[in-house]
Amino acid sequence: MVKLRNIFFSTVALALPLLLSGCNAVVLNPKGVVAVDEKHLLITALLLMLTIVLPVIILTAVISRRYRASNKEAKYSPDWSHSYVLEAIWWGVPIIIISILATITWISTHHLDPHRPLVSDKKPLVIQVVALQWRWLFIYPEQNIATMNYVEFPTNVPVTFLITADAPMNSFQIPQLGGQIYAMAGMQTQLHLMANEPGIYEGRSVNFSGDGFTGMAFTATATPSEDEFNQWVTTVKSSGTPLTFDAYKQLAKPSEDVSVQNYSSAQNALFDNIIMKFMMPNTPLQDSPANLAPASSN
Amino acid sequence: MTDTVDTNAHHHEDDGSKVIFGFWIFILTSFISFATLFATYAVLHNNTYGGIGAQDVLRRLSYALLQSLIFLSSSFTLGLAIIAYKKGLSDKVKLWMTVTFLIGLLFIGLEFREFARLVHDGNTWQNSAFLSSFFTLVGFHSVNVIVGLLWMIVLMIQFSMKGFTATMQIRFSCLGLFWDFLNIIWIFIFTIVYLMGAI
Amino acid sequence: MLEQLLFGKLTLDAIPYQNPIIMGAGGFMVLCALAVIGALFYFKRWTWLWKEWLTSVDHKKIGIMYIILATIMLLRGFSDAIMMRTQQAIAVGSNMGYLPPEHYDQVFTAHGVIMIFFMATALVFGLVNIIVPLQIGARDVAYPYLNSLSFWLTVSGAALVMVCLVVGDFAATGWLAYPPLSELAYSPGEGVDYYLWALTLSGVGTLIGGINIFVTIIKMRCPGMTLMKMPLFTWSVLCSMILVIVSFPILNITLGMLFLDRFFGMHFFTAGFGGNAMMYVNLIWSWGHPEVYILVLPAFGIYSEIVATFCKKTLFGYTAMVWATIAIAFLSFTVWLHHFFTMGAGANVNSAFGIATMIISVPTGVKIFNWLATMYQGRITFTTPMMWTIAFLVTFSIGGMTGVLMSVPGVDFQVHNSVFLIAHFHNTIIGGVVFGLFAGYSYWFPKMFGFTLNERIGKYAFWCWVSGFYIAFMPLYALGLMGMTRRLNHYSEASGFHPYLVVAMIGAFIIFCGIALQIIQLIVSIKQRKQNRDLTGDPWDARTLEWSIPSPPPFYNFAIDPVVDSRDPFWVEKQKQHESGYVAEKPHYTDIHMPRNTSMGFIIGLLGFVFGFAMVWNMVIPAAVSGIAMLFFILMRMCDFNTDYYVKAAEVEKIEAELSTGVKQ
Repeated sequence: MVKLRNIFFSTVALALPLLLSGCNAVVLNPKGVVAVDEKHLLITALLLMLTIVLPVIILTAVISRRYRASNKEAKYSPDWSHSYVLEAIWWGVPIIIISILATITWISTHHLDPHRPLVSDKKPLVIQVVALQWRWLFIYPEQNIATMNYVEFPTNVPVTFLITADAPMNSFQIPQLGGQIYAMAGMQTQLHLMANEPGIYEGRSVNFSGDGFTGMAFTATATPSEDEFNQWVTTVKSSGTPLTFDAYKQLAKPSEDVSVQNYSSAQNALFDNIIMKFMMPNTPLQDSPANLAPASSN
Repeated sequence: MTDTVDTNAHHHEDDGSKVIFGFWIFILTSFISFATLFATYAVLHNNTYGGIGAQDVLRRLSYALLQSLIFLSSSFTLGLAIIAYKKGLSDKVKLWMTVTFLIGLLFIGLEFREFARLVHDGNTWQNSAFLSSFFTLVGFHSVNVIVGLLWMIVLMIQFSMKGFTATMQIRFSCLGLFWDFLNIIWIFIFTIVYLMGAI
Repeated sequence: MLEQLLFGKLTLDAIPYQNPIIMGAGGFMVLCALAVIGALFYFKRWTWLWKEWLTSVDHKKIGIMYIILATIMLLRGFSDAIMMRTQQAIAVGSNMGYLPPEHYDQVFTAHGVIMIFFMATALVFGLVNIIVPLQIGARDVAYPYLNSLSFWLTVSGAALVMVCLVVGDFAATGWLAYPPLSELAYSPGEGVDYYLWALTLSGVGTLIGGINIFVTIIKMRCPGMTLMKMPLFTWSVLCSMILVIVSFPILNITLGMLFLDRFFGMHFFTAGFGGNAMMYVNLIWSWGHPEVYILVLPAFGIYSEIVATFCKKTLFGYTAMVWATIAIAFLSFTVWLHHFFTMGAGANVNSAFGIATMIISVPTGVKIFNWLATMYQGRITFTTPMMWTIAFLVTFSIGGMTGVLMSVPGVDFQVHNSVFLIAHFHNTIIGGVVFGLFAGYSYWFPKMFGFTLNERIGKYAFWCWVSGFYIAFMPLYALGLMGMTRRLNHYSEASGFHPYLVVAMIGAFIIFCGIALQIIQLIVSIKQRKQNRDLTGDPWDARTLEWSIPSPPPFYNFAIDPVVDSRDPFWVEKQKQHESGYVAEKPHYTDIHMPRNTSMGFIIGLLGFVFGFAMVWNMVIPAAVSGIAMLFFILMRMCDFNTDYYVKAAEVEKIEAELSTGVKQ
């Protein structure tokens, strides 16, 4: 018994440093304004909660030890079962802590609302995102280009992601830049992000969407300057093929091919039509009037 | 319950109140089931996918009103049957139960005629989310009514075999509860689906 | 044509001969079943099995059968867990692991479904069935036949989940089967249909069970037991059953609508035609969130009983505990949206639901402080049940803390759908529910069988479980912050996930040792039952009514209807006897009214299984036959008026005399 208990406590002691050495912890190593706020929120909430959880854990240990049956010196009051003062304390203190946290929650939720545009003197870059089975299509309506499984934008410029899906529900997230939002067929969600530092960041779908889900990752590059971003746009324009409705219909079929593709142009209103495909009959992206969603690979 | 009762009369009351209380809880769960379907209908009633909407389907408000009156009258006749049961009038019980059953059957007939009309016009439950939720909500009510009708048959057979017993009294009470519940649900359907649809 | 009507979509191809893992598991299941059948023939126990168990309406026996079902399903669900942990521990970089996505996806779906519906829920209902009537001084539940029906419907659902291991596939959609992924367009196979029928059958069973226990508590308490004198376990079960009554209809209807989508081509949740998948997510969570409280409230009740018993002290703050339980039950219906803050609802909605969620932590915290205050100035004996309770206090506090973190929408945006979430809910479900159920199992085991469990092995199992839990799940918190998404079956070397996942796998294997030790404990305890026999009926010097009768209790529980006038009636009575040496006079027995056994529950459950299976595979004739047969048997039961009988006073006196001399233990 004693042995097992020792093993238990020494493992806990060994495991703690491993846990805390989160050098890879992307959530704690933010590179975008939204992610920075979210990290601070996480830490504030954690500290607030620890003020009550740590005492509970310590009290549990102390009381269990002090009032063990073998310790006959400890006071024993078998019928003591009520105290207004004590009960007022442990209704009151949690209520106070939760009130503080609730206030923080109300303010931060409004501040971090994915719909809320970011404050910046630069004009936001709009990128339309389509979750496919099982890859990511990015359409740049202003630049009139599109890419697959790769997205690029300049640092310190707010990016407005307009997100939908031509697939089961997915969730769009670049953890180092900020939190996620669902991508749903026939609907458009929004996410505003801005990178503080240039770099290459991992992004992926974080909501399970079928067999190819694991591979549904993409790379996001924040270029140091807008010039470099413009250069990249020019390269894409000259390198790829145009993304027409017909070309898109091919893409919408299930595929686990996660290679990066460039499209020199995107057909006008492609994004809107991907949404309308699920909303109304007889839209351009439907093969026949009664076309359901695309059949799965099985 | 009935064979050995008389030695200990109070058990009887106990069983009865337990059954009726439990049946009330069952009605509550059914109510939540219907509430879920009503909520679904409320969310989906505009999602017509370019097809017909509530106003088009439900244009025959008078038909629904007729259905309502017919169905509500069955609640009244079932009430008469239960009063007759309490007074121990066997013939009247049978008479009013038969009348209730026939009115229920008529209601179901009218309901299915309405469904058939819609399907015949090409407006099936496969056309849009609105039609799916309409057929499911109203259809679920119909299924409950059919269950009630089957129950009436069973109860009538049992009644003619057993006559007036404490168990039968409990079962009549439960059927009455169930039927009134279905009437209330129908009033909701009439209001939310038909009246509000027609507006 | 006839073949089509008989077998529907089912062909021999549905059996995955080529897959060694599945066939191995299936073969093992068949071997176990054959062993049980062989043993029944060898020991000539078929009649015994049928008369004493399968057709029994005795709440204690049904409870034990629930626990057996939960144990079997725990083994299945845990095998799934081990498979996931090993897959994730090896599938790094160029190694794709041993589970291809289509199989891995079924494994994590089955794990969730089995653990919630067929393990935790079944274990809760098992303990509730056995203990609640005993605690309130009742002779059975309100509707004994429906109790049997509830159980057999749950079994038929569980059987469907087991069958789909070998015949066809299970759903590969995650345990809540979100549409549109679970719609025909994206999941055309039979997996989701298995899911729907298994959950519908067991869901109806659970709903009937919930009504039954609720009416039992409201209507069948012994004289003197007012609501505020009920033991806390009964109180928490009452609240839990109210949650069942209110939330399970939503589940059944929601699954029904998904079925209509898939079977009749309707469009409730489809991606096109005006369907609204978000509505499914709302509906399923307005069942799903109360469901976790359905599981954890009875566990809270168990801890309350155990703390008072093993600290030899009156439970602190009874009234506050009751109101906290009621508050938790009520609030659990106001927070479902916190499962999908990331769906894009506005900031007002998100923060309202976030704040509602954190408010739940207030009554929960109060409960924890009250348990601590009960331990304070007590005389704590560290038996296995008490150790589970202490482990719970620590573990659940951590789980609750991470839960509150995730209730802040801004934090949730980052960690939602990551393994941080997985760590959080295992922290609360294992640390809260599973520890509680194990505590209750070891606490009430002597009441069920008349002998205590081996304490030494029980403590080994405890340490394996607790340390295994921390080693398996603490790394997941770190991984979540490192951006590891849930349900991945492969990841890159560069992610740095690998060492943490290896540790997590080791943790899972330590938990496995814990489960193995629990089974060994059971076997050893049965072997040593003579030494560990409890003749008093009260091995722990406990406080509530269930300990005032012999163990195991006679089939009618209480020879004399008890009358109580305090919260710890048995404790008070013992104190009185101790002080004054007062001995109860010879009781006057009367006839006892008892329900007759019936095979209807078993038959209807069996037909439910056949019907579900036939519907999954679109077998028209079997579905019609079993459906009509079910209706027939229900009607037959309605026409059966001979459902109960009286045990004569003389008979009761004889049984009681035998029990008190320990002859018929």
